[in-house]
Order: sequence, then C-alpha cells, then structure tokens
Amino acid sequence: MSTGAATAKKQKLSVPFDYNKYIRKNKLPHIWCPGCGHGIVLKSLLRAIDKSGLTKDQICMVSGIGCSSRTPGYVDFNTMHTLHGRALSYATGVKLAKPELKIIVTTGDGDALAIGGNHFIHTCRRNIDMTILVYSNAIYGMTGGQFSPTTPQGSMSTTSRYGNIEPSFDCCELAKAAGATFVARGTAYHTQELERTLIEAVRHKGTAVVEILDSCPIYFGRQNKYKSASQMMEQIEKDGTIPAAQAEKLPPEEVKGKLLRGILHRVERPEYCEQYLKLVEKALGKGNE
Amino acid sequence: MAIVTGKQVGLTGNSAIAYAMRQIDPDVCAAYPITPSTGIIEEFSSYYADGQVSTELITVESEHSAMSACVGASAAGARVMTATSSQGLALMWEMLYIASGMRLPVVMTVVNRALSAPINIHCDHSDSMGARDSGWIQLYSETVQEAYDNLLQAVRIAEDPRVLTPAMVCMDGFITSHAVENITLLADGEVKGFIGDYKPGRSLLDTDNPITMGAMTLQDVYMDFKHEQSMAIAGAKEVVVEVGSDFGRRFGRHYGLMECYRLEDAEAAIVVLNSAAGTTKVAVDELRKKGKKVGLLKPRLFRPFPYAEIAAALKNVKAVCVLDRADSMNGFGGPLFSEVRSALYGLASVPKVMGRIFGLGGRDYTVEHSTAVFEGLYRIIETGRMEELTGYLKS
Repeated sequence: MSTGAATAKKQKLSVPFDYNKYIRKNKLPHIWCPGCGHGIVLKSLLRAIDKSGLTKDQICMVSGIGCSSRTPGYVDFNTMHTLHGRALSYATGVKLAKPELKIIVTTGDGDALAIGGNHFIHTCRRNIDMTILVYSNAIYGMTGGQFSPTTPQGSMSTTSRYGNIEPSFDCCELAKAAGATFVARGTAYHTQELERTLIEAVRHKGTAVVEILDSCPIYFGRQNKYKSASQMMEQIEKDGTIPAAQAEKLPPEEVKGKLLRGILHRVERPEYCEQYLKLVEKALGKGNE
Repeated sequence: MAIVTGKQVGLTGNSAIAYAMRQIDPDVCAAYPITPSTGIIEEFSSYYADGQVSTELITVESEHSAMSACVGASAAGARVMTATSSQGLALMWEMLYIASGMRLPVVMTVVNRALSAPINIHCDHSDSMGARDSGWIQLYSETVQEAYDNLLQAVRIAEDPRVLTPAMVCMDGFITSHAVENITLLADGEVKGFIGDYKPGRSLLDTDNPITMGAMTLQDVYMDFKHEQSMAIAGAKEVVVEVGSDFGRRFGRHYGLMECYRLEDAEAAIVVLNSAAGTTKVAVDELRKKGKKVGLLKPRLFRPFPYAEIAAALKNVKAVCVLDRADSMNGFGGPLFSEVRSALYGLASVPKVMGRIFGLGGRDYTVEHSTAVFEGLYRIIETGRMEELTGYLKS
C-alpha cells in the first residue's frame, strides 16, 4: 500500500468529516501560530455542532478579544466579534432578544477571567442559556505573553521574568461556585473526548462552561522551556490531566496535581430567559385584570 | 542590548518610551497589555525584573483597573505612569476624569490606534481625540525622538504646582511605536536633574495633614472646582513653553507649542498632528523646489489648545487644509479642523480653511496625498472657490 493511500485510509477512519460546510474559506488562512491547539478545538467544536443537529442559522457565536476570540471570524454562523472581556454581555443581549438562538461564546483565560471576570461570574449566576468555551492556555498570547489569571504560580511570562507570584484561578471551580449548571473540562489533546463533552455542553439548557486546556508554545512554551508544541501538549494536557470518572476510583496520591477532565458538574436550575418570559406573562396577565 | 546615551541609537518608539520610563523611575506603574502599546510595559517590566527601577509594577486585570490603581497611587503621593492604546484608553474613560478632577499628575503614553468596531489595530487618533475633553494635557509626537523628549517634559509639566493635571503623550501606533529611528538619549543623571523629585503638596499618606479627595460636591461648589481646574489647564500652556525652553537650553532640542515648517511666507499650509507631519514636510520641500510657497503647522500641544498662537502662525496664509486622523462623527469636520477654524475666526483676514479626514485605521498617507492636498489649496487660492469644505481625503 502506498503512503498516500495509507494516510487517506487513516484520515477516513479517524476524521470522516467535511469541515468546509462550516468554514468561511475566504477568511483562511487563520492567524493561529504553528503548534497552537485552537484549530484542534475548533474542529472538535464543529463536529460537536454537526452531531448535535443544530443548523448554521440557529447558532450565534460571540467572542471578545484574544486568540480564541478570532474563532467566530472563521465559521459560517451568525457571528459577532466584540470588545475585550465583554463577549458574555453582548451574548446576553443577543440571547434575550432572540432566545431561540443557540449562543456559543469562544473566549480565553485573559478575556473571560481577568478583564471579563465580572461578566463571567454574573452570567453563571443567572444561568442564562449559553455555551461558554474558555480556551485556557495560561497566557495572553495575542499581546505577547503576559501572565493571566490561569498562569500557574512560578511560571515565566513577559511580565513575570522571575516567575509569577500570583495564585491562579481554577476556571471550573469558579464557574461552579458562581452558579453555572454545567461545568466541564477538556483538552485540545483529547480531541474526540472534547467533541463528546462539547455535544453535552451544547445540549445543556442553562449556562454551560467548558474549560479547554490548550497550549501556547510560542509564548508560554518558549518562556517556560518546553521543548516543542507536542511535548507541551503531552506534558500539560495528557499527563497533567485525568478523566474525572477514573480519578474517583484511584487513591488520592495518584490524582494529586492533575486536573480533572470530563463533565464535572451538572444540575438543573431555572433558566434565565424562561424565567424572564414567565415574568412578562405574569405582568401582562396582571395588566388585563 | 546595551543602550548608549549621548549619541545616536536606533530604537522603536515603544523602546524609547520604556527607556524614558526607566530613567524617570516612577514610584508606581499599573498597566494592562494592548496592541500596539504593549511593548512599552513589556520592556519596562524587564527593567523592573532586573532591578533597574524602584517602581512598583502592578499588572492588573484591565485598563479600568490600571487607571484606577494609577489614581490611587497618585493620590497617595506617588509619581505614577502608565501606557495604553485604543480600547484600553476607552476603558479608562471614567478614571481619566477622576485623575484630572482630583488634579493628579499621572503621566501616560498613548500609542494611537483606531477604535472598534470593526476591529482594527492600526493608527488613527480616535482614541486620544475622544479623550480631548477629559481634562488631560495632550502632547503629540511626530517622531521617536519627540515621543521620548515629550514624555520627559510631560512629567515636569504635569507635576508643576501651577498645573497639577495629568498628561498624555501621544505617538502613532506602529508608524512610530514599532519603527526604528535614530534618536539621541539623555544620560540618567540629566533626566533626574531635569525632572527633579516629586514632592506632592497634598497626599493621602500625609497623615499629619489629612485630606479627602473626590468627595460629594453639589450645586454650591462643584462648578467652582471645575472653574479652577479649567483655569489651571489653560495656564499649563505657559508651563509647556517654559519646560520646552529649559529642555532646549539643557539638551539642545527646543520645543514650543507647535512646529512651523517653512510657514513664514507660505500661501498654502497643511495642519496635521504626529507622524503625518514628517510625510508632509517631504511634500513641502518638493513643492518649494518648484517655487510653490507651501508650509506646515504641526501642533505639539493640543490640550490646552493654543488657539491664539495657531491663529497668529496662520494669519498670512491664504488657504489651509486641516488633516484629521479621527472623525468627529456628526461634528463640523474633524476635531482639529473645527478648533483650528474656530481659532482663526477673530482674524482681520481669515484664510480659507478646509478639513479632510485621512489615515483612519492605518490607511497610508503618502507624499502624493500631501501634494494633492496642496494642489487643492492652490485651486482655492486661484479660483476663490472651495468645492468641498469638509470630507474624506481621497486615498
């Protein structure tokens, strides 16, 4: 068998999916650096959307500013690219005006948890129906590698030349504590698993937060002496994480220091738009009396 | 890279500003990254990490927090600096007014960049022009050298007890911030000697003399606060001249309120801020060779606006085009146009003045554009007719 045929067979087996249906081809090539996992995440997302049965027109994708926030530019949905940190506020407006739309927000650790941290907790608290994907690469990639709220303590960045002294956020714990009704974690490395997690997230009614561990080899990797993008993915995303279901069965010392993957929290709670409509009906009913 | 003072070195605008900040060694710097100003704080954070400054560097979670931290630190009596661009400046809006209203001499570099939407990271002046009424002094810089010199002078201007007003030094995003130019740096001792120590007259940490800042004022005194602030800013003009002269005496580079380039006998003139003035100078030189009497007026100080001096400089010109790198949407032309034209109103013989918006979002401004503007001015001089008073430059 020739190499070409082998590759073709492998591709057919692993990813039998035509992304062209969802991509704005005239906006390619994308801006993401070689070794960045954002493209892998996008592919997982597109497969998840496809399998969840949503049409392109039923989706509105909203983003703020940063590398992950460039995603809506490349996809053929209703899309809006807004201000740094404010994606969730814009998304809330869209959802209230058009509750029938499926809102997907692509954001990053800097965008969602630093400059937009306030909007993040209050969106979770309201439990408004939207899927929030936090691409967490522990650095401000777009502006050149400044430390962010998820940069691990001790890590190097252009603004922490001798190591970051600030403790980092656990995005999932934060979302859960703030009131999100679906909280999950995935990685760019576990692309098939991420796809399954994203299907569940998109299907969830209420605020769904998925933290996606993703590597920035250019800014985080180089400053923290990772050898390559693939080594970084293996060390952080593969070896640094463990499926939540598996972790339950293991002794604590084997889980220590690892981040949990999969669905971490899922509860039912009244959704904001539905509550709002109920209130409107109640008020109208009262007005007629 | 070892940077040698006293002779010419090649530096980008951002590197030169970071170097000036190292020399100034402010007590506090609070900042948040935004293109194209990020490089300033990035380099400054290296100076900080290497122990070359005694500054407290606070890398906060947004520009809103950055300026808030600057206000707090300045109110406590510290010498405070920061840098930003575009949306970053927009997010500082509330605090810009707090800083100026509390009369806190914060000094900030604004690397000019267009405002969203649509998103654009390149140069125009929409950001700083939007802040023109915020009570900050605004100095504009054509070159890397001017940005460096302006920043050093801004510290003295802002902290002058007669002024006590925050100041922003503007330079063009990418065109100046990221381009390498040959500039002459001052020695650290020269900078220290020039800016001196900052001794705030009042501060929150002066516990023997407790004060309150920003307290509620109503109809009885709010307006008096604003009147005093307004008079102090108007008076800053003299201080700018004074500080510019002293800078010239000490270091040989003289600065005033504006630069007039071959304007003495000019019939047609362009008024423009920042880097576009450099391009215009080339066009002026080329047209002068052909016998055309053309010139340039480049305001350096935009706030407070030196209206009398600008009117005096343009009084003998027959036709003027004011080029604005920002549109005052729904205003009467761009902001620079409306102010320059208004400044000329009291003259016995008023030049014809037209306004053109140019270079938004980094759109190129070339010598050809500049030459075409001068040709348009000559058509006005020859026919006495102005076809279009305000509009967008064809480019």
